[in-house]
Amino acid sequence: MDRIPILKLGSALLVSIQVDIHDQLARALEEDLSARIVATGARGVMIDISGLDVVDSFMGRMLDNIAAVSRLLDADTVVVGMRPAVAITLVELGLSLTGVKTALNVERGMALIGDGRYEALEDDRAAEGADDRDPG
Amino acid sequence: MIATRDETLAIRHSDDVVRVRQAVRGEAIAAGLGLVDQTKIVTAASELARNTLDYGLGGTARIETFTDAPRRGVRLTFEDHGPGIADLDQALTDGFTSGSGLGLGLSGARRLSNEFTIHSVVGEGTRVMIARWK
Ligand SMILES: Nc1ncnc2c1ncn2[C@@H]1O[C@H](COP(=O)(O)OP(=O)(O)OP(=O)(O)O)[C@@H](O)[C@H]1O
Ligand SMILES: [Mg+2]
Repeated sequence: MDRIPILKLGSALLVSIQVDIHDQLARALEEDLSARIVATGARGVMIDISGLDVVDSFMGRMLDNIAAVSRLLDADTVVVGMRPAVAITLVELGLSLTGVKTALNVERGMALIGDGRYEALEDDRAAEGADDRDPG
Repeated sequence: MIATRDETLAIRHSDDVVRVRQAVRGEAIAAGLGLVDQTKIVTAASELARNTLDYGLGGTARIETFTDAPRRGVRLTFEDHGPGIADLDQALTDGFTSGSGLGLGLSGARRLSNEFTIHSVVGEGTRVMIARWK
């Protein structure tokens, strides 16, 4: 099965949804993302939907789910690049995506997630158990 | 209104929902709808196609395009021979779902369309017709 690639960008994970994705792909993305958040200790997930010309309630629910799961795993989700026509349509559809933060582009999304507070990620799993910083 | 283009697509798998979206987009462009109107009718189509698949156990999407006066636009008819809907008012209420959805598909599709009619008979099936014009 196809997978949507997940990239690392500083302390965040970046997913770019470019194609009109079908249901299995959406579900695979949810699973892959949560696994990668844990593996990398990412503090943020950025989902770039600038390539999407339609977001329906299924896709909206997927974005909400990803945000909810990420939150439990201590990562913020920011949806970036929503097209204006999509935003207008989502409001009329009744889907306000209240659980999801949004930003106009990747740069602003990064600012929202990182705020410069987190260092770049180690390679997957490398940081595990290696934290000897003074908590106070 | 006489349709200048008329095609019917089967809805049997989730890929078919993608195909319906793409076909509706093409027809909305052919009808001369603007970007926001295109997005609205494609989104409504996606909702109804998914209902046809998930609840209607599959069916068809008919896409008609009108390019002549008095109106230019697209009309879509989704039809299935599934269980039907016993309580239409309830089904059309924002937030009502018998599954695990958000309950926004039917009510949202109605808001996104200029015209919306639904006909459903328990044990026989469901037909939803929507239209969007400029
Ligand atoms: N074609 C159909 N056949 C039988 N029942 C249907 C059909 N379409 C909709 N329904 C019923 O109407 C309810 C409301 O549909 P609606 O599309 O609004 O919400 P949903 O599909 O449950 O969630 P969402 O669309 O937000 O993901 C459904 O839960 C289902 O019970
Ligand atoms: Mg639905």
